[in-house]
Amino acid sequence: MDNDSSTPTAAGPVPAKQHIRKMPVNWWLKKPAYLRYMVREITCLFVGGYAMFLLMLAARLDKPEAFETLLASPLAIGLQWVALPFAIYHSVTWFNLTPKVLVIWRGEDKLPGFLIAGAHYAGWLAVSAGLVYFAMSGGTDG
Amino acid sequence: MARSNEPAFWSLFSAGGMVAAFLFPAAIFITAYMVPAGKIEADNLRMVMSHPISRLLLVAMISLPLFHWAHRFRFVLVDLGIKGFKLPIAILFYGTAVGSTICAAYLLLV
Amino acid sequence: MATTDTQSSTKTMKLEVFRFLPDEGEPPSFQVYEVPYRDDWVVLDALNYIKDEIDGTLSYRWSCRMGVCGSCGMMVNGEPKLTCSAFLRDYYPQQIKVEPLSYFPVIRDLIINMDHFIDKMGEVKTWLIPAEDKPIEDGEYLQTPAQLAKYKQFTMCINCMLCYSACPVFGQNPDFIGPAAIALGQRYNLDSRDGGADERADVLFSDEGIWECTFVGECSEVCPKNVDPAGAIQMAKVTATNDWFKSFLMPGGRKKSGGNK
Repeated sequence: MDNDSSTPTAAGPVPAKQHIRKMPVNWWLKKPAYLRYMVREITCLFVGGYAMFLLMLAARLDKPEAFETLLASPLAIGLQWVALPFAIYHSVTWFNLTPKVLVIWRGEDKLPGFLIAGAHYAGWLAVSAGLVYFAMSGGTDG
Repeated sequence: MARSNEPAFWSLFSAGGMVAAFLFPAAIFITAYMVPAGKIEADNLRMVMSHPISRLLLVAMISLPLFHWAHRFRFVLVDLGIKGFKLPIAILFYGTAVGSTICAAYLLLV
Repeated sequence: MATTDTQSSTKTMKLEVFRFLPDEGEPPSFQVYEVPYRDDWVVLDALNYIKDEIDGTLSYRWSCRMGVCGSCGMMVNGEPKLTCSAFLRDYYPQQIKVEPLSYFPVIRDLIINMDHFIDKMGEVKTWLIPAEDKPIEDGEYLQTPAQLAKYKQFTMCINCMLCYSACPVFGQNPDFIGPAAIALGQRYNLDSRDGGADERADVLFSDEGIWECTFVGECSEVCPKNVDPAGAIQMAKVTATNDWFKSFLMPGGRKKSGGNK
């Protein structure tokens, strides 16, 4: 907040001393919206972490006991419970932003954002139910 | 200025974000609650996951979210003011994603 | 402080104003001024009162007083605002902190150096580059309402730079092309009469362009004209990505870059 510098520019007179303000390292604590953004970005650690957990499960697919031990590990369960709210926050923020990336025009009007986000939410519900059903369907029950 | 090759990484980031957004909460619910709570037998889940379709899905669920992580976390570091070491950081993060993808493909598909 | 308005003279309000006088050689500081409170006054009115009645050395930019010219943007209690649209009544009786727009170099008091922003608009070429040259006698370039709708939102930009002051990415990297310049680039890229998308892509789709953006989204929140630069940037990312994949599918086809008109 206290170092000044002079920057000559191509056009016009060389300006007098300018004051350059440094960005504070904790800028993301200065405004709720920035904090929400930072939490959204940090969800990637839990998303990546769970992907690694899936990789560990994949490595144990042919070893029934190791597979079961990993799933029963209190540490693994605890970490997943920490990751779950972040994963849900990722889903919610991700779907909420879809209308900005996916813009569909119908003549002079944009398809309303809530329809695009809403379609994603509906898909999320269906896919989640499908995944749980799929996971329950296997094994002894057929 | 030159056009960036970011589209390659951004596409993988977006695909990973999509896969994680749609599948991860339910998947965590299964592995962290339903199996430990006895709603699903661990061995049943193992058999479901061994199905060829599951194997393909698992490769996607491991690979793409890791590219999502690599891309997003690279920018988190910039957000936190770490502006140097851009190339080594990119190689380390995307390298982790590439390495894990190869591992997953080998474990699940070979 | 002579005022004839008896009612308003009873109520006052304090403004904590950022001061930087480069010629004095002093570090920047804050100065508190007490101004009359009137519920129809905006922060700019209070600054004008200070300048006229209390301290003529205070410097700031302003012009139209009606949210059109984009000159009077400042940080009001840490939020980028057009001071002509920020009413005292929304802050009264709390003290208001007024600072120059975040992240820009400060020339004096509340005046920032905007040269870099002007340069960026030049680099992006935020003007119409006709897709086809035709003589005036051939008549106007026709456009349907649906074609107009594609870019109209982005024409509302008044270059007030509030979006830059809301953008932490710009805060970390002053070379980031930034929200307004990219939105204005999209304004022309999406215009059916324009043929300059490919020229602009070299800057817009560079590492200092759209790919620096991490979609914080605050640029769109603070925009006084609902331009939605964040939306413009994400749409540009999709276009750039499509172009990038096309350039692999058909080598040489890269020159066919374009907005999705």
